[in-house]
Amino acid sequence: MILRRPFFWIILLIAAGFIYAPLHGNNVSLREDLILVAIAIILASNLNLMIGYTGYVNFGHIVFYGLGGYVGLYLTTVRNWNLVLSALVAGVVVSVCAFLFGLAILRLRGAYFALATIGILQAVQAFVSNFDPWGRSTGMYLSFNSYQSLGGARRALWITYFLIIAVMALSMIVSLAIKNSKFGLGLFAIREDEDAAVVLGVNATVYKAIIYSVSAFLPAVAGALMFFKNGMIDPSIAFEYMLSLEGIVMLMLGGQGSVIGAALGGALYEKLRSYLLTAPVLSNFHLVIAGGLLLMVVLFAPGGLIGWVYRLVPRARKVIE
Amino acid sequence: MSNLLEVRGVSKRFGGLVAVSDVSFSIAEGEIIGLIGPNGAGKTTLFNVVNGVYKADQGSITFAGKDITRCSPDQVVHLGLARTHQIVKPLNDLTVLDNVTVGACFGREYLDMAAARKVASEVLQQVGLGDRAGMMARSLTIAGKKRLEVARALAAKPKLLLLDEVLAGLNPTEVALMIELVRKIRDSGISVLMIEHLMQAIMSLSDRIVVLNLGRKLAEGQPDEVVHNSDVVEAYLGFPDIVDKLTRME
Repeated sequence: MILRRPFFWIILLIAAGFIYAPLHGNNVSLREDLILVAIAIILASNLNLMIGYTGYVNFGHIVFYGLGGYVGLYLTTVRNWNLVLSALVAGVVVSVCAFLFGLAILRLRGAYFALATIGILQAVQAFVSNFDPWGRSTGMYLSFNSYQSLGGARRALWITYFLIIAVMALSMIVSLAIKNSKFGLGLFAIREDEDAAVVLGVNATVYKAIIYSVSAFLPAVAGALMFFKNGMIDPSIAFEYMLSLEGIVMLMLGGQGSVIGAALGGALYEKLRSYLLTAPVLSNFHLVIAGGLLLMVVLFAPGGLIGWVYRLVPRARKVIE
Repeated sequence: MSNLLEVRGVSKRFGGLVAVSDVSFSIAEGEIIGLIGPNGAGKTTLFNVVNGVYKADQGSITFAGKDITRCSPDQVVHLGLARTHQIVKPLNDLTVLDNVTVGACFGREYLDMAAARKVASEVLQQVGLGDRAGMMARSLTIAGKKRLEVARALAAKPKLLLLDEVLAGLNPTEVALMIELVRKIRDSGISVLMIEHLMQAIMSLSDRIVVLNLGRKLAEGQPDEVVHNSDVVEAYLGFPDIVDKLTRME
């Protein structure tokens, strides 16, 4: 069914491009660039499930990514598990946690929910910073042996890259599938008017907890892969609050509620950020620009890039999902 | 004949305010019941208690032989009790068709997307919004939004429909169309409980009328009996000569 949607094939093409470009000519620096773009797309796409689809603003989305990284690194390094299995288990563990958090905090609405998500981020960070098996505030380091099982560091990094691209493609496919499903329609109804949705028969409590949990899964898997690639993790890089906020900027920039909008926003913002970070005159200036950008988007193009396209060409709604 | 809906001794308090007090009535299959009363009489609160938005403090509600006193609104819809809102609640950024599809997807039959879309288009035809299916719900007129409320509720394939002031704010032509629609709904075998201020409409549509005042049931009976009931005349209509005026219009 989803195979019939042209956009599904576009996603696969994008993923193929991401794989082909750095592989061609063994361009490692391009690969490192693209990996950041891919992570941005993963975070923005999954955040879109909460903000764009369900209308619940999650300020602490990064907590899933960081927690996934911790569980993943713990399993690969301390338990010597294989990478793919570790990443999947990290995804499942974090999803289950998210489901439980969700049942607790999703009774809140609007600004109160948003505040609670910040609380969760702080609480998890505080917990991890004091959790002995995970190295408290110094974090964990990957033993170099872990790369051996994947055939040495060079190969291990490529494999990790391919896996992250797969997670990126999967993020967009999941977004697309949900958007066209009955489940997705229920979420949209909740976004538009939760009271009306419930009166129409949508079990909002369960739906919200499920989507909160789903939006945790792939970021957690990505976190496990990314921190495996980086070889180390500590609380301040795992739960980087700024990245959580920037996820929201990406979404607003691209167009919340749209699959391609979230991905495009993620990719564009990441490229912009790395440019601003590396340009010598502008270093440490990127958050100022991000703030300004967010302000412009909210004021002049509340639907983001895709919303702007929809407005110009209303028929585009049917094609660009 | 067994009753479709049975409300027994229902009360609902908000702090010190008793919004609904010890109200009982029943609806048989295929009946249209009018619920009237002055502003603040507790009509909409009673609706909210019946469909589970509020939980009754006392009393019980039975629907189709099942106790629904503690059910949530989404469970109530699955059993076949749908409603509209007095203050319309369109899902603004979805198309009119999608709005109604939500009703069909999560209604009594819990249809999948394809089947729900089909039902939704049929219902849109039925309520006269067929040509607006692709529009965003926000761009409908107020009359359109009222129809959309009815369409969404109908798409759930209910056995009983609660209509909360679907005629309010409509012009005379739109009122006539809506009355026609309510008749058609009843003829298709759906029972209706409707709150309405427009006396002319409720008198001509209802099989029976229940009158609320200050949260209590003041009277119940055939439309003719009710308007001549002296308590009702005093509490609701105010001046006796309005009765004569109304009956002349009949």
